[in-house]
Amino acid sequence: MSTVTDSVEGTDVKAHEDHHGPAKGLMRWVLTTNHKDIGSMYLWFSFAMFLTGGAMAMIIRAELFQPGLQIVEPAFFNQMTTMHGLIMVFGAVMPAFVGLANWMIPMMIGAPDMAMPRMNNWSFWILPFAAVMLLSTLFMEGGGPNFGWTFYAPLSTDYGPPSTTFFIFSIHMLGISSIMGAINIIATILNLRAPGMTMMKMPLFVWTWLITAYLLIAVMPVLAGAVTMMLMDIHFGTSFFNAGGGGDPVLFQHIFWFFGHPEVYIMILPSFGIVSAIIPAFARKHLFGYTSMVYATASIAFLSFIVWAHHMFTVGIPLIGELFFMYATMLIAVPTGVKVFNWVTTMFRGSMTFEAPMLFSTAFVVLFTIGGFSGLMLSIAPADFQYHDTYFVVAHFHYVLVPGAIFAIFAATYYWLPKWTGHMYDETLAKVHFWMSFIGMNLTFFPMHFVGLAGMPRRIPDYALQFANFNEISSIGGFLFGTTQFLFLFIIIKCIRGGEKAPAKPWEGAEGLEWSVPSPAPYHTFTTPPDVK
Amino acid sequence: MANEGSYYVPAQSKWPIIASIGLFLTLLGAGMMMNDMSAGVKDSSAHYVFYIGGLLMAWMLFGWFGNVIQESRSGLYSAQMDRTFRWGMFWFIFSEVMFFGALFGTLFYVRILSVPWLAGEGDGAMTHELLWPEFAAQWPLMVNPDNDLFVGAADVVDPFHLPLLNTLLLVASSITLTLAHHALRASNRVRVKQWLVATVILGVAFLFFQAAEYVEAYHELGLTLSAGIYGSTFFLLTGFHGAHVTLGAIMLAIMLVRVHKGHFEADNHFGFEAASWYWHFVDVVWVGLFIFVYLV
Repeated sequence: MSTVTDSVEGTDVKAHEDHHGPAKGLMRWVLTTNHKDIGSMYLWFSFAMFLTGGAMAMIIRAELFQPGLQIVEPAFFNQMTTMHGLIMVFGAVMPAFVGLANWMIPMMIGAPDMAMPRMNNWSFWILPFAAVMLLSTLFMEGGGPNFGWTFYAPLSTDYGPPSTTFFIFSIHMLGISSIMGAINIIATILNLRAPGMTMMKMPLFVWTWLITAYLLIAVMPVLAGAVTMMLMDIHFGTSFFNAGGGGDPVLFQHIFWFFGHPEVYIMILPSFGIVSAIIPAFARKHLFGYTSMVYATASIAFLSFIVWAHHMFTVGIPLIGELFFMYATMLIAVPTGVKVFNWVTTMFRGSMTFEAPMLFSTAFVVLFTIGGFSGLMLSIAPADFQYHDTYFVVAHFHYVLVPGAIFAIFAATYYWLPKWTGHMYDETLAKVHFWMSFIGMNLTFFPMHFVGLAGMPRRIPDYALQFANFNEISSIGGFLFGTTQFLFLFIIIKCIRGGEKAPAKPWEGAEGLEWSVPSPAPYHTFTTPPDVK
Repeated sequence: MANEGSYYVPAQSKWPIIASIGLFLTLLGAGMMMNDMSAGVKDSSAHYVFYIGGLLMAWMLFGWFGNVIQESRSGLYSAQMDRTFRWGMFWFIFSEVMFFGALFGTLFYVRILSVPWLAGEGDGAMTHELLWPEFAAQWPLMVNPDNDLFVGAADVVDPFHLPLLNTLLLVASSITLTLAHHALRASNRVRVKQWLVATVILGVAFLFFQAAEYVEAYHELGLTLSAGIYGSTFFLLTGFHGAHVTLGAIMLAIMLVRVHKGHFEADNHFGFEAASWYWHFVDVVWVGLFIFVYLV
């Protein structure tokens, strides 16, 4: 946003000689304009937030281990569910994908760096400050946000704690960061491709990120509008979400979900790109249906703008609205089905091996599809009246986010770690990480389908006795999944510190420009653009 | 990066981290000020945090843009860099369009759906019966459902008085700005300055009349932020628009200073163009406001 207002037609470009290796010390990371440095910072920040949000999930699961209230106060439980959601969405998943975009997109399209390297640094460094502001609310008088990550009015306006003000401003900061990051990514993809890298030759990760960035620029300002109106209602006497003044609390839900639904695709489209890179590499076949993948992604993005009210079937909207949003939502299954079909067909008769990236990607295809099917169940408006606000919904979105977004991030990490560090990671430990994560996450979330269908409401610290067994299983699975992630941390640190030397292209079937540079990738790559045939 | 025609990747910069700290302090201070105001704290020192953050932001903007201008003028940028700036500004304005889209969406939702529902239309019969059976839908909404909690305005702003004048001022400013741009392309720098001065004056005049309108609304019409949904949407839309006019006027004033300093060439002046894109954007938003907030 701040580097964009001046430029010069370059007729006389002077030599610029200060590009060698990275600077030394802490200031390297603070002042850097290098996309690889910034990508690494995004990824580490994301992991720190993943553990923070994960710790909150552990508190939730510990409380729900058995019926009754034993570990935390209900008020604090509400803060945990709220902060777990916010931290995981805005702190863990989104920054991880931006980190991967930073690292990989310039290398994939043959660009010297991101289009606006200084603004790139700013996009990142806003995040730790926003996270500090958000987390500090937990220590304020009245506690942190306790109204769910969706912060519906009037829970967040009339009944929210005083710290809601700082929650709002941290959302503003996260939004500014996302918008600048997305503008940077779009400008990079549209403007910095190497000669010959036409749009339809771009790797799918680049395509999905182009569309994701578009979604971000389209909906983060809408979220900013929503929290601004909340702020006005709280402090300046307006009545946007108060029917007493002619406003409407349901209006909040409309604005929020107009942001919120594209937001959930922001968290999954880059995963589609990652999996579309990894499955062909380990099936040793070209991706089946590249063009249809591009169009399917674009269709999903378009549909994401016209389905938001399926989150609000029970709030009281006109019948015609229920019908429209129900059918529009079901339409999403078509392009998503195209994608799943393409991945499976890519694997079909492939010469497959199952290294860690492929294990995570294969699990992604199966488990994300389960999450997609439960989404289809939820899209049926009359049935949703039964499922709404139950653990079935929690099961659904955790199935698309954990084995969807998170598994794709794991897969991407293992796939590109050799390129980032120059070392191979420990394949045995990575397989252990996969199986423990796979078992842990299914143990955690699969029983939630059952308790949800049986009527257990979400966001409640206590439950009826008949749900006790399934909740115990969920909690055990949660602890397993949570502790396993320290193994992931160990594997990464081990890989950074040493290990078998990685060749430029460690995966036999891998495609793309990133494998044409040495491992580890030099600090500056493609300072002169490569020729793409 | 020594090749001619290669893309300029800047070295380390201190501005982003200063910007992050400045943004953090500005918003932290703003949040503390609001919480202290709502809690009735008398001796709040929150505004110091806000001011320090604001000063850091101002210093950062000055230094960062200064760097960019310097790099541009010393010929480090290429045609490709120019396209980056154009894409950047285009998508930034698109994000602003979506922000105003949310605000306009709010206005339309309230006018077309929720206020009539409160009065019993559509599926709202029982809502009307049980909550506020006396309530009648109208727009502008002068009597709110709970008119003790949110006292409705006595009157609304007459669109054919200050708002019409302001419309003429802003449309005229878009024309003068275009004339300035044409003059810049023709390398007629005296004319550029004249038209740019005229544009800034028109912008400032707009803001002056907008402020006068707010004073009138508060003191004579009883139209306030807490006058129910009409006042809420009125001030939200016009207020954010006014903030954008202020920002745009500052941008144009800086362009004026740069023209004075001899910056820009006839075929190379994207800083100027970016500011003018922004100005035309706020102008278009105003036309929408004039129609849907004041007229219809």
